[in-house]
Amino acid sequence: MTTTANARGERGAIPRVEGAPLLQLENLAMYFKTSGDGVLARGTKWVQAVDGVDLTVNAGETIGLVGESGCGKSTTARLITRLLEPTRGSIKYQGHDIAHMSERRLRPYRREIQLIFQDPYSSLNPRHTVGTIVGTALRTHGMVDKNRELPRVQELLEMVGLNPEHYNRYPHEFSGGQRQRIGIARALATQPKIIVADEPVSALDVSIQAQVMNLLENLRKELGIAFVFIAHDLGVVRHFCDRVAVMYLGRVVEEGPRDALYQKPQHPYTQALLSAVPDIAVVRGVPPKNRIRLVGDVPSPVDPPSGCRFRTRCWKAEDICAEVVPPLDEKAPAQRVACHFAEPPTESIVAEVPS
Amino acid sequence: MSDQTSRVPQTVTRTARTRGGSEEAYLEVTDLQVQFPTADGMVKAVQGLSYSLPLGRTLAIVGESGSGKSVSSMAVMGLHDAKTARISGSIKVGGQQIVGMGEKDLEKFRGSGAAMIFQDPQSSLHPYFTIGDQIMEAYRAHHGVSKSKARTRAIEMLDRVGIPNPKRRVGNYPHEFSGGMRQRAMIAMALVNDPKLLIADEPTTALDVTVQAQILDLIADLQRDFGSAVVFITHDLGVVAEIADDILVMYAGSAIEHGPVEKILGTPLHPYTWGLLESIPALAGEPQPLHPIPGAPPSLLAVPTGCAFHPRCEFRSRVPGDRCTTLKPDLIPRTADTGRASRCHLKDPDQIFQTEILPRLP
Repeated sequence: MTTTANARGERGAIPRVEGAPLLQLENLAMYFKTSGDGVLARGTKWVQAVDGVDLTVNAGETIGLVGESGCGKSTTARLITRLLEPTRGSIKYQGHDIAHMSERRLRPYRREIQLIFQDPYSSLNPRHTVGTIVGTALRTHGMVDKNRELPRVQELLEMVGLNPEHYNRYPHEFSGGQRQRIGIARALATQPKIIVADEPVSALDVSIQAQVMNLLENLRKELGIAFVFIAHDLGVVRHFCDRVAVMYLGRVVEEGPRDALYQKPQHPYTQALLSAVPDIAVVRGVPPKNRIRLVGDVPSPVDPPSGCRFRTRCWKAEDICAEVVPPLDEKAPAQRVACHFAEPPTESIVAEVPS
Repeated sequence: MSDQTSRVPQTVTRTARTRGGSEEAYLEVTDLQVQFPTADGMVKAVQGLSYSLPLGRTLAIVGESGSGKSVSSMAVMGLHDAKTARISGSIKVGGQQIVGMGEKDLEKFRGSGAAMIFQDPQSSLHPYFTIGDQIMEAYRAHHGVSKSKARTRAIEMLDRVGIPNPKRRVGNYPHEFSGGMRQRAMIAMALVNDPKLLIADEPTTALDVTVQAQILDLIADLQRDFGSAVVFITHDLGVVAEIADDILVMYAGSAIEHGPVEKILGTPLHPYTWGLLESIPALAGEPQPLHPIPGAPPSLLAVPTGCAFHPRCEFRSRVPGDRCTTLKPDLIPRTADTGRASRCHLKDPDQIFQTEILPRLP
């Protein structure tokens, strides 16, 4: 590790603006253009995939992003890694706004912000050996000298629990869990300060999922990398993250420290989401909790409801909810909630495990 | 919306399931073997699977990819191509033998005697036909009724599975439905002929957790109303804990543990089941380090000798001699409790679970 740390030092890490957090999203929005239905449809419509997200990630911190399909969590991941250019808002990395930076100027930032994909089958080029896949990341960012490339690749493979002798194998020779490890090795190759992991374990079997999660956790502890961890499995997120942000229809509705969010969620949507998770603890005699039944479907992001976007399915909704967008305000220490009627649940949402 | 009385959420109380159903088996699988000859050799997908399921009960079949859970259930529906699959053993549904049944009889059986819902509703619904047409077709294939009668039935079924405004929705195409609604429509299609056996293959895996909750409630409601037997294939043990009466854990083509849910998940006796439980992060309490099963599931081309789990088993050294590597254990009761069975040579698995596994569960 030390040799390459020097190599990076020579190329210059990105200087940090005094007092700036590692990553800060401010009022971030991404609208996608879509044409209307049919021949007679006029005008362009905009899918408001992400609409006003504020989020801060400090160095070494793991923040979980949860929500259901279409809530904008994957779009947020692609904005942070600048695979997309936002419609508005800023993405500040160590104080530098990278939201509209040119590809050339972005390059050093790409080195420090890495992405791990959900599908280990489609995110690796089947025609390249593992050595080439990981080596390309090293070469692109000039991480090591040419003659040091292979040893470094092997070092990385070993770090993620793969046999370093397998550098000349192709992705199809590995199982799903091993392929995800290759993806992780590729992300680690550039020695990032932050990794955005978009559903990194969702495609894996339960026992393999636990292996990969343990690997990610060890790497995080050893290397002090910050994570933006996106998953729909609330148990997985709880296990891995210090803080959790809940998204609904393009906005963050609640954000806070892990325990506060899971034990005292204040936003009705967070409460409904947590209450819907099937809990295996019921077989160990933990009394089952009531499940909140949400009515209807998530509205279309093309034409989202005015005011609070959750109001159409919310049991607390009043006139104000349609008129005023609830700000993401601090309602408890470090816990921010975007709801006019935020309050902790009257009874426990998640079944308590008797200890 | 601003109705003051409605300011509490609509909730569903999750009560402990009452064990219902008759004791007489409706579905009886005996020594089922499914093999696929390939260029690389024989894929032994299911090896000697036996279980029975009475009406009104739900059996969860749990296992990882390649454990044989889907292959065995497709055999129950007679969905394997006789040219590519070698099936032996017996599958009886309501007394009818499915193994070796002709294609014509199978067609009659499918849809009326048994129905299956799949993980991906998108692939089970034809994009060119309206939802209503597809449900009507399923109904008319088994009942010689007029189109208008079938349409009434389709609307009734859509209403039953909770599709809002079914009279209008019956004319919609699949792409006009959301993911959860498509899954409901598929359930409506599966249940249109009142099948006594419903096989659900990962029906909620592709769905969001709040939609999953709706679908699980729906399946439970429908089962109560129609008294069907349900086989629920999943890898999510949380879902199993909520909906199933019995559970069958599969590994490398064989059942390795079988019994009532609260026993198998509450006090499992097989090291593989222990490993599964230790791999699932908890929803409460201080997060504990996970203790995953080492290695990966075996290839079905070369299933390990003896106990198929032995290369990954941490408790192999507790069994004297080389029995784990040479002798496949039987699926039999291992403790005084005869209502459950497991396939493991360990002598005192209940004690190991209580003293070593339980304290480190997440």
